[in-house]
Amino acid sequence: MSLPHGWEMVVGLEVHTELQTATKMFCGCANAFGAVPNTSVCPVCLGLPGALPVLNERAIDLAMAIGMALHSTISPSTFHRKNYFYPDMPKDFQISQYDLPINAGGYLDLPDSTRVTIERAHLEEDTGKSTHLGGSGRIHGADRSLVDYNRSGVPLVEIVSGPDIRSSTQARLYASELRAILVATGASDGRMEEGSMRIDANVSVRHADEPFGTRCEIKNLNSLRSLQRAIDYEALRQVELLEGGGRVRQETRHWDENLGATSTMRTKEEAEDYRYFREPDLVDLAPDIAWQDRVRAGLPPMPAERRATLSARLVGANDAQLDALEVVIDLGLDPFVHHAIDAGVDPGLALARGANELAAGLEDIARLNRDAFSATLLMEQRGELSSTQAKTVLGELLAHGGEPGTVAAAKGFEQLSADTLGTTVAELLAQFPSEWERYRDGDEKLAQFFIGQVMRITNGQANGKAVVAELRARR
Amino acid sequence: MAPPLRREDVAHVARLARLTLSEAELDMFTEQLGQVLEHANDMSALALDDVVATAHPFGLTNVVREDVVTASLERARVLEMAPDAQDGRFAVPQIMGDAP
Repeated sequence: MSLPHGWEMVVGLEVHTELQTATKMFCGCANAFGAVPNTSVCPVCLGLPGALPVLNERAIDLAMAIGMALHSTISPSTFHRKNYFYPDMPKDFQISQYDLPINAGGYLDLPDSTRVTIERAHLEEDTGKSTHLGGSGRIHGADRSLVDYNRSGVPLVEIVSGPDIRSSTQARLYASELRAILVATGASDGRMEEGSMRIDANVSVRHADEPFGTRCEIKNLNSLRSLQRAIDYEALRQVELLEGGGRVRQETRHWDENLGATSTMRTKEEAEDYRYFREPDLVDLAPDIAWQDRVRAGLPPMPAERRATLSARLVGANDAQLDALEVVIDLGLDPFVHHAIDAGVDPGLALARGANELAAGLEDIARLNRDAFSATLLMEQRGELSSTQAKTVLGELLAHGGEPGTVAAAKGFEQLSADTLGTTVAELLAQFPSEWERYRDGDEKLAQFFIGQVMRITNGQANGKAVVAELRARR
Repeated sequence: MAPPLRREDVAHVARLARLTLSEAELDMFTEQLGQVLEHANDMSALALDDVVATAHPFGLTNVVREDVVTASLERARVLEMAPDAQDGRFAVPQIMGDAP
């Protein structure tokens, strides 16, 4: 979507990501998504009197890894209480970082070479999960709410970008690149649909080169698609408002995915007064150089570098292959593709199987080792498996694990020996003399007929190319 | 020097904490809180430019624990402490509404 002529949107994103720790930010309760409600709670995360928070070392490691990947400065930092009255935090405050975040500044380069500045990436704790009863299930009009505190105290990093994004497509690109980085660092599983990565968007519009306009903050963006749609809707709403002689009010707006629209949640006048003050129960955090170096040494290559490395092995890639490359990088499947290419698999085939079959089986990827992936593709490349059979074998390996040769044999995919194939073809030629005659006279379409017959007789165990070779040899 | 505490400041802070204060209580807390803030003002009057801000009496940094799961509380025990519960969750009254 583009805005009416002369208008430009200005977007900044706040991305919250839950960290992949074993325990919560300030207590030893399990950081467990989807557990039975209120089974992962203790005096600390329930805010019981006298309970004291202690920082999770692993959460700090991961926060620093995110900062390093975003070229931030790891800084001495402190924790504050953000006070508000709402039952999703039983303490009535959230522990967050305020004026001194662990990661200050930084940037993220998008695949389209735009550089988006990072203002900060700070640590905080997640809130409990409320279910609203009665009314529409939304918070407004609910009779009462039920709260599960399993998520209360789960470590989060909030990554705040500068107002450098100029289109919804770019916003999506930023979010997707950031997600790939978060997954690469091991900080997050990047699952937006499960809420482990959530995005708020600050949107304003202006005539090009004018000062920034008044912004609105859109909440509740839990997919890349919602992000893109909400930003487009909101920017257009503001332009229409301004062109109609109105003015934009600074406010927080809620995105409704079904309506495809944003609506007012609260205005600036009603904005919360959080009364931030230092968390007296936590001391300063100032990771020394040795600690930082230890985290830095453990950082894997980031998506941009991996994209470049894989791209270099796909000389002359077409558009579809470039899309496949993005999928493979996004999902972290490139080690499989590299392994297969190293083993002698055609780069295009390795990429296609990675972006399709592996991507589809991502949930089960732990069952598949790289050797098995490469071996399957080599069998396909040598003609020992048809492409359909190779896909089936990969699916089977993902579902149950195992060794490709064994799986192929169990499926009856073992190809016919040359002798058997030769005999089968000879019998067919005797059975269909007129078709054979036409083929010999140059009607190549009849090759398909014979392949079909061979497949029927052999239950699909033959290789089409081998059948054609047999036919040619006899012509 | 911070300006003296006003009665409406106390009313605002009370509202944020969802405390309902009577007129007499508002008067009382305006005076009491005012005295606390006045004490802070006394400190501000001192020449402390050379003194580094101290947020904590201990000179400690980086107090951390290992990321190892410890036992959580029994859910029945947890919900027993709540004024109201339903479906294994804490039940709370309507969230959005008029503040007291």
